[in-house]
Amino acid sequence: MIRIEARDTQSLAWNLGLPVISATLALLLAAIPLTLAGAPIGESYFYMFMGVFGSKFAFSEMLTRATPLIFTGLAAALAFRAKLWNIGAEGQLYLGAMAAAAIGTGVFDVSGIILIPTIIVFGCAAGAIGMIVPAALKIRFDADEVVTTLLLNFIIVIFLQYMLEGPLKDPMGLGWPQSSPIMDQGMLPKVMERMRIHYGIFIALLCAAVAQFMLIRSVWGFKLRAVGENMHAARHAGLPINSSLLTVAAISGALAGLAGVSEVAGLKGYLTADLSPGFGYTGIVVAMLAGLSPAGVVIAALFIASVFVGADSMSRAMGVSSYLADLVVSAALLCVLLGGFLTKYKIISVASQSGSSR
Amino acid sequence: MIEILQILLSESFWSASLRIATPLIFGVLGALLCEKSGVLNLGIEGIFVVGAMVGWMAVWLGAGLWGGVLAAALAGALFGLLHGILTVPLGLSQHVSGLAITLFASSLSYFSYRTALPTVSSPPRIDPFQPLDIPILTNLPFLGPVLFQQTALTFLSLFCVLLVWYVLNKTALGVAIKAVGDNPNSVDAQGLSVYGLRISAVMAGSALMALGGAFLTMSAFDAFFFGMVNGRGWICIALVIFASWRPGKALLGAILFGAFDALQVRLQTEVGAFVPSQVFLAAPYLLSIFALVIAARRAEYPRALLTPWFKGQR
Amino acid sequence: MNYKKVLSLKNLSKSFGRIVANQDVSLDLYQGEILALLGENGAGKTTLMNMLFGHYIPDSGHIEVADETGHFSELTLGNPQGAIAAGIGMVHQHFTLAENLDAVDNITLGAEPLRSLRRNRSKAEKKIQYLIDNSGLSAPLNIPVGRLTVGERQRVEILKALYRNVRILVLDEPTAVLTPQEADTLFENIAAMAADSLSVIFISHKLREVLAFSHRISVLRLGKNVGEIDTSEADEQKIASLMVGTKTSHPERMVTSVGSPVLRLENLSIAGRGRRDSLKNINLTVFSGEILGVAGVSGNGQAPLAGLISGMLRPEAGQIILDNQEVKQINPAEMIAKRVGRIPEDRHRDGIVGSMSVAENLIIEGLNEKKFQNYGMLKRENISKHAEALLTDYDVRGPGSAAPAQLLSGGNIQKLILARVFHEKPLLILANQPTRGLDMGAAADVAHRLIEARDRGAGIILISEDLDEILRLADRILVMHDGAFVETETRDRAELGLLMAGQAA
Repeated sequence: MIRIEARDTQSLAWNLGLPVISATLALLLAAIPLTLAGAPIGESYFYMFMGVFGSKFAFSEMLTRATPLIFTGLAAALAFRAKLWNIGAEGQLYLGAMAAAAIGTGVFDVSGIILIPTIIVFGCAAGAIGMIVPAALKIRFDADEVVTTLLLNFIIVIFLQYMLEGPLKDPMGLGWPQSSPIMDQGMLPKVMERMRIHYGIFIALLCAAVAQFMLIRSVWGFKLRAVGENMHAARHAGLPINSSLLTVAAISGALAGLAGVSEVAGLKGYLTADLSPGFGYTGIVVAMLAGLSPAGVVIAALFIASVFVGADSMSRAMGVSSYLADLVVSAALLCVLLGGFLTKYKIISVASQSGSSR
Repeated sequence: MIEILQILLSESFWSASLRIATPLIFGVLGALLCEKSGVLNLGIEGIFVVGAMVGWMAVWLGAGLWGGVLAAALAGALFGLLHGILTVPLGLSQHVSGLAITLFASSLSYFSYRTALPTVSSPPRIDPFQPLDIPILTNLPFLGPVLFQQTALTFLSLFCVLLVWYVLNKTALGVAIKAVGDNPNSVDAQGLSVYGLRISAVMAGSALMALGGAFLTMSAFDAFFFGMVNGRGWICIALVIFASWRPGKALLGAILFGAFDALQVRLQTEVGAFVPSQVFLAAPYLLSIFALVIAARRAEYPRALLTPWFKGQR
Repeated sequence: MNYKKVLSLKNLSKSFGRIVANQDVSLDLYQGEILALLGENGAGKTTLMNMLFGHYIPDSGHIEVADETGHFSELTLGNPQGAIAAGIGMVHQHFTLAENLDAVDNITLGAEPLRSLRRNRSKAEKKIQYLIDNSGLSAPLNIPVGRLTVGERQRVEILKALYRNVRILVLDEPTAVLTPQEADTLFENIAAMAADSLSVIFISHKLREVLAFSHRISVLRLGKNVGEIDTSEADEQKIASLMVGTKTSHPERMVTSVGSPVLRLENLSIAGRGRRDSLKNINLTVFSGEILGVAGVSGNGQAPLAGLISGMLRPEAGQIILDNQEVKQINPAEMIAKRVGRIPEDRHRDGIVGSMSVAENLIIEGLNEKKFQNYGMLKRENISKHAEALLTDYDVRGPGSAAPAQLLSGGNIQKLILARVFHEKPLLILANQPTRGLDMGAAADVAHRLIEARDRGAGIILISEDLDEILRLADRILVMHDGAFVETETRDRAELGLLMAGQAA
């Protein structure tokens, strides 16, 4: 018989080490599906490693992949800190992307100094609205935001299809459902010649730094933490629950929207319906792996991006399904959940027959 | 207006509604069973995918249609067990664990499918369930033709409604499940196992969810496609609230939903020239949000939903 | 009384982390006996009984139970099922009822095998009716338990045990939620059942009922046996000194001069969902320099009254006048701004954010003060200095101001809340069950702080279920019943009890 008891103290080393252990464990567990798929293990891991660290280009690809994950990871982390379950980052990302495509493809023909900030502002606003609506429905009608944000993801993707077949459609696109290209001066600058990595990564890092600082040091962060940790006590202490929830909803949505902006106006240059391979959902894993800390999000995003980029390159080389990456990422989430449990509680085994002996 | 009335009165329309509703009936019942015991199961979307893939795969490998149904249910129960262990004795966040299950279950399904069938360009097909001809039922006026075109899985879903209703309301087990979802201490104090009851309910509920997925590949279609579940699981989570956790109302909700979906397909052919098709595509999701918004305020959630319970901490 | 032993607890010990709840505790119970297990809050009574019933597993020691023939065997520990099978039933202080089910379902829960496909409800109902007829414990059987009164729920709890043919019944603080009259009726029923050879252990800290209804008294202090005494040879003095050990002084109530009104409630009504959350057209005045005691059985309107004064509830009709000004905006922030200090009933739920630091919890109501923030940024140095000063002044002990508040003990959490509330020198203080669950030292501290604030001129509303506490501290007493007040001059327990039950004295 086993029993579960709360630990008196939670060791810091554990809290920091846990995500690393979980991530490593998930990577090691990938050996099982690899074996089933008939791929030689050593070689597979080698290709995975080389896919990230094998060349400057490979490494820059990993950073490129990490950029949107930092944004969506922050979106999830901040909202989850307030116990606002924003599962809609995928949809909010597309709202941001649509705003970027709408603004950046020729509405304003102005210089980049004006155009880029405008794109960013509209992208943030679009994403923010995408989360303010479900937050308002939660406040006003008690409508569970998990369900509404999940369903909104589908609605927004359908709306995206409409926009790409209609108002945003590229007349020169040979009938493909894609938007016109963003004007050159609207594109975020590249970090390095002949690489895809762009300034979005710096914006993402800046956002993470600001979020970390605001969460711990500002009155806003104080309120957000209090509302998230104990809504009853926060209400009793006179903290403004609804406005805290609405601001965190807006910021969370805006961050997800920024992911869309950065993908469209930083990486791709135009908008298609397959812009995001689930960055919004993966952001949840990033946030959980980071223990909902904005600084941790950066590290977790780098790890998850490495898994994706490494597994992609490995699967091309070994002929294994690239869904392996998704499998490893979701296994990492399960591992970190279990590990998080072990840092808070200990499992004690006790004899059920505590007899007269002893 | 007349056209709409004609549609609403046609037998084929209701037949289609019931067909569309079938996976939702399974899904809502499954979610209902989990939530009645106090566990929210957001793994539903992934468990649908697992059910669809495993059911289809089993038939494709030669297990026979009912073998496929059984395999799907078992696979669903297995993921239910995982969710149950994570959320019940370990008491982890039901939200996060459920989402993790969804991500894990769907990526595992896709990976397995791709690994088993690496090179096919068009998905291979199986012989799906065929409409059943049950002599007495099909002779009924109106209802007969509606039921006539349904497959065995639709009848199974209707039977499950009765079964879940009976268990919850007429058996000691049902009383215990309702009690553990309201106040786990009541069950513990009477010497029953809180963990056992909750994990069993989640496993049974997850098996039902997987059957909803299996219907997609074994009855509605005859092959497995990526993204075929398409949010049906999440719709079920909204419908449970709408149905206020009652099996009968769950059936009604699912059928109304199916009817709306069938209607929009038919309206699309009538007015498709004036209205973009995406409006119709988005309608089911909008309808779910709407249903949630009107039902949420007066919903009487099982009192212990989302609250973990630990033995010896009272 | 015959002297056939039915139960023997031998050398039971149990600790939770570093806290020792029971140490080497032994106890015997005889057939047909009513044994009172007496001790202060936190003395380890409930832990001991939870080990008997299998909710906790003892660290050491064992339990022996006699079967019908008088043959003793060892009880499997940590297994409620085993305890039930051995004929032991327990009625918990916090009811273990599923509110969505009716009494019959609650009573039969676990008594029928889960595998069976059919239930025989009518047979069960017959047996329950038979038990009701024999014990006098009546309750509606066919409506959801959530709609029953507290007294009815308790009777359902006892019926639950009787349905399982118990020979040993454990009652944990059975009268905590009852009026004195209801409590007397309950004990009469229990005495009748004991005469019919049921053995009963009841846990209490109320000397009066222990002396009136038990046969034998066993006293626990700080988790240890400290004495056993036949009730016939006991008196209040004797058992009180056993219970408390060294005598703690209660603060003396001094008559002080009463000042001007600080709070007036005029024709206030709140129509809640049920009787428990309604106020019916009440009027109330609290003067500065007085402690107004609100007595009553819980669920008679105390919750909406507290909710109103702490700003959590808005009235449907009537006015709140604070310091001669009508409060138009009723919300917690406004009440804090109007210098109302609030000590919530559920201190863990409403009082602290457990995972945030002690220092942060101390400023949670004062976030907007310039001292603590500058352009939206927290002044961390000031916040921690503020915390250090308050921790010293209010003697809050624990791992320091930077540690999460949840690491503090219950008494120290209450001291943290006192520090937060009292250092602002509020005009009006709402103290809702301020000593519930505290040990005597912490409780005395709360009482001293309340009196100190009263003497400085604050008006205080003290809501308490503990009549003794009200009698000790209050300058004026109101009794709440069914959402309304009865003001009374009397300090007689029996008369107050009648008022609590809604009967004019």
